[in-house]
Amino acid sequence: MIAIKDITKRYGDVAVVKSFSLDVAAGESIALWGPNGAGKTTVVRCILGLVSFEGTITVGGLDAQAFGKSVRGAMGYVPQELSFYDEMTVYELLDYAASLRRIPLDRVDEICEVVDLTGHVNKRVRELSGGLKQRLGIASALLPDPPILLLDEPTSNLDAQARDAALKLLQGLRDDGRTLIVTSHHVEEIAMLVDRVVAMDRGEITVVCDPSDLAEKLGLRAWLHLILSNGSAQHALQVLTDRGFTAKLNSRGVLVEVSAQGKGEAVAALQHAGVEIKDLEIWR
Amino acid sequence: MTAITTRIEPTTERLEPSLVWVIASKEIHDATRSKWFWLWTVAFAGLAAFMASVALPGSQVTGYGSFGRTAASLVALAQIIVPLMGLTLGAYSIAGQRETGALRFLLSHPVSRSEAFCGTYLGLAISLAATVFGGFGIAGIITVAQGGGANAASFVRIAVLSWLLSISMLGFGMLVSTFTRRSSAALGTAVFLWLGFVFIGDLGVMGTSVATQVPTWGLLVSAVLNPVEAFRLASLSAFSGSLDVLGPAGSFAVDTFGDSLGLLLFVNVVVWAIVPALVAWARFAHGGDV
Repeated sequence: MIAIKDITKRYGDVAVVKSFSLDVAAGESIALWGPNGAGKTTVVRCILGLVSFEGTITVGGLDAQAFGKSVRGAMGYVPQELSFYDEMTVYELLDYAASLRRIPLDRVDEICEVVDLTGHVNKRVRELSGGLKQRLGIASALLPDPPILLLDEPTSNLDAQARDAALKLLQGLRDDGRTLIVTSHHVEEIAMLVDRVVAMDRGEITVVCDPSDLAEKLGLRAWLHLILSNGSAQHALQVLTDRGFTAKLNSRGVLVEVSAQGKGEAVAALQHAGVEIKDLEIWR
Repeated sequence: MTAITTRIEPTTERLEPSLVWVIASKEIHDATRSKWFWLWTVAFAGLAAFMASVALPGSQVTGYGSFGRTAASLVALAQIIVPLMGLTLGAYSIAGQRETGALRFLLSHPVSRSEAFCGTYLGLAISLAATVFGGFGIAGIITVAQGGGANAASFVRIAVLSWLLSISMLGFGMLVSTFTRRSSAALGTAVFLWLGFVFIGDLGVMGTSVATQVPTWGLLVSAVLNPVEAFRLASLSAFSGSLDVLGPAGSFAVDTFGDSLGLLLFVNVVVWAIVPALVAWARFAHGGDV
């Protein structure tokens, strides 16, 4: 569906994307994962034709640079944040987006129902919460019912509740058979949403893997905060350090560094030693 | 789960007027909500009304003479305010959209850069027409009410020339906008250009001519190469039929071009209205990342 062949994007002398190649099958969902500055947003902008680049991108058999309008007609784009058109109402913005795609206005009402925005259509964009703005972005992208969706950090500005709601909505879109390209630096949401992860660093692909293997492949580590019953923290610390874990005391329990796949080992070690774990949190 | 279609049918990549109009309509709608736009409109209309009302009462003249005083006042007003209006609106247009991410959002739709540019330009040009013709309309009503409506055709011609000046400056502003990523930098450059066109250009020509004894034809050429001066010459020609205020250069122009001088000066303003926008369009359509 999308074939990216050897693209390089430079700003002056600096290459922010270097010889990047990727094939995305129809109906596949892909995550571009990496830290800020990895080049994942630039790849999305190259697909949309918003920036010039060396190399070729074809979408549905069409060259994205030569047939930019046709290609964009088949794609919906959800920007990181809708921080513009603040004075427009939700309805006006969707009406404008529909007009740019020559979509009948009935579709605006329909899409507002799909993303649960019907009660907010007369609000100005600046009055919307982060979660509602995100839904508005998704609504705008879904207006043409596109086979391809490009989502740039779709949950980056959302609180936990809004993030859950957005992820559920995106999972539904994936299950409809759409091709999804999502940029993110959250490992957990990637695992829920995509079939394949393309990890990037400084403009290059470092790992392509199944989402469940990402943390292990990249050697990502986390801190497990174990909240223990009174008086058992010192004993727990001893048990964990004896088993080779890096651990330290915390005011409410113990902090132990674990690998992505090794959280259970620390918990099991403490349970085996008879330490009662009242609760636990994962810190990254 | 079944994957949704894999083949995309090519649609037209050519400029579509209906899309241009969608974007232009949005610009016009935005202008009606912009406090800056209303500030310009009210300021221009208010000053035009003031000029028209004070140009007559002390003069004890009616008919052509009264019209000439009003027209001269309006030309003086237009050559200061209209360039600033066009330049600032144009400078903010693309740079402002780029800064907020609105341009990226627009161009993520099946819209070409040419359609985005032309739509923005058309919308702002229509908005400027509302401001300029509104101001001249109010001044015209006051002039007629005071018995000075003897030369309505010339009055309309000056209004049209003012609008052409405004869209010339809009083109220059949009050209600045295509080079800058920050709206503040674009607006700063626009104000600097305004000073150049309105003050430095005029004083510079006069100073240079005195210091270097530029030939008569050279003075005329340097005047038509500045769009604001070109507007002033065309307007003076439109309501008085002579260019005496330019001294020898004016006489030289009248002697050389005769009856066709008015038309040539008008065409000169039209060229200035088109060229900056064309250069800005070429720059925006064929280069630069969003």
